[in-house]
Amino acid sequence: MSKEERPLSPHLTIYRWPITMTLSILHRITGVALAVGLIAFVFWLEAIAYEAVSYDLISETMRSVIGQFALLGWLFSFFFHLSNGIRHLIWDTGHLFEKRQADLSAWLVLVAAVVLTTCYWIIV
Amino acid sequence: MAGSRGGGRFDYLLLDHRMSLRSPLSRALGSGSAKEGTDHWWMQRVTAIALLILGAWFLISLAAQDTYSESDMVAWVASPFNAIMLLLASITLAWHSMLGIQIVIEDYVHGPGLKVVSIILSKFVHVFMGVAAVLAILKVVLGSSA
Repeated sequence: MSKEERPLSPHLTIYRWPITMTLSILHRITGVALAVGLIAFVFWLEAIAYEAVSYDLISETMRSVIGQFALLGWLFSFFFHLSNGIRHLIWDTGHLFEKRQADLSAWLVLVAAVVLTTCYWIIV
Repeated sequence: MAGSRGGGRFDYLLLDHRMSLRSPLSRALGSGSAKEGTDHWWMQRVTAIALLILGAWFLISLAAQDTYSESDMVAWVASPFNAIMLLLASITLAWHSMLGIQIVIEDYVHGPGLKVVSIILSKFVHVFMGVAAVLAILKVVLGSSA
């Protein structure tokens, strides 16, 4: 057995970080962010339904800087997770697995998520 | 004198029998169900497709509102079609989130005890969220029509 140094994988410090890896981890991060958003969504419904949960308080919180930042984050998370989710569903059918296609669709998803988020934020 | 005894090529059968008298079927039985093996994966896809529709409806319908005052939102939730879509969205969202968070826990939380406890806790919280959302929507719908 030769003792020569062989490249190990994954060796994150020397590998170029491909766009597909960014998308993969972003899908998970946005998923977790949306799970937290689920709690806010339920709180909002409770405020609409019950007097005991103040709608004004939630409304004010969402209008604050932190609230707006959170809303923007959830909106981007939603559009990104949705776009990349479609990419995953296409993969499930066995299509777009080539490296170029995966890279291209990754950029497409990113652009779509940013454009959709921006449009919705401006309109609403 | 190899070969003179004949049957050498069937040695693997003898070997198999010596290892175990159990049939292949009997060996497979009890090793877990194959029927529900893909359930988690499949329901994740089904809820994802449902959420494509429900999520798009939610954002479009909300965007179409002029204001977001409490009374406006009560009226919005109380409208029959909105209520149906909101109920479906809440249940599907909680379900999809439950499946997703389970995978994240399975990947990052180690130790057999902590892993199982975290997953069960996550499921409880998700079911709680789903039930809370459903009850809130029902309260608005029933309260406004009474």
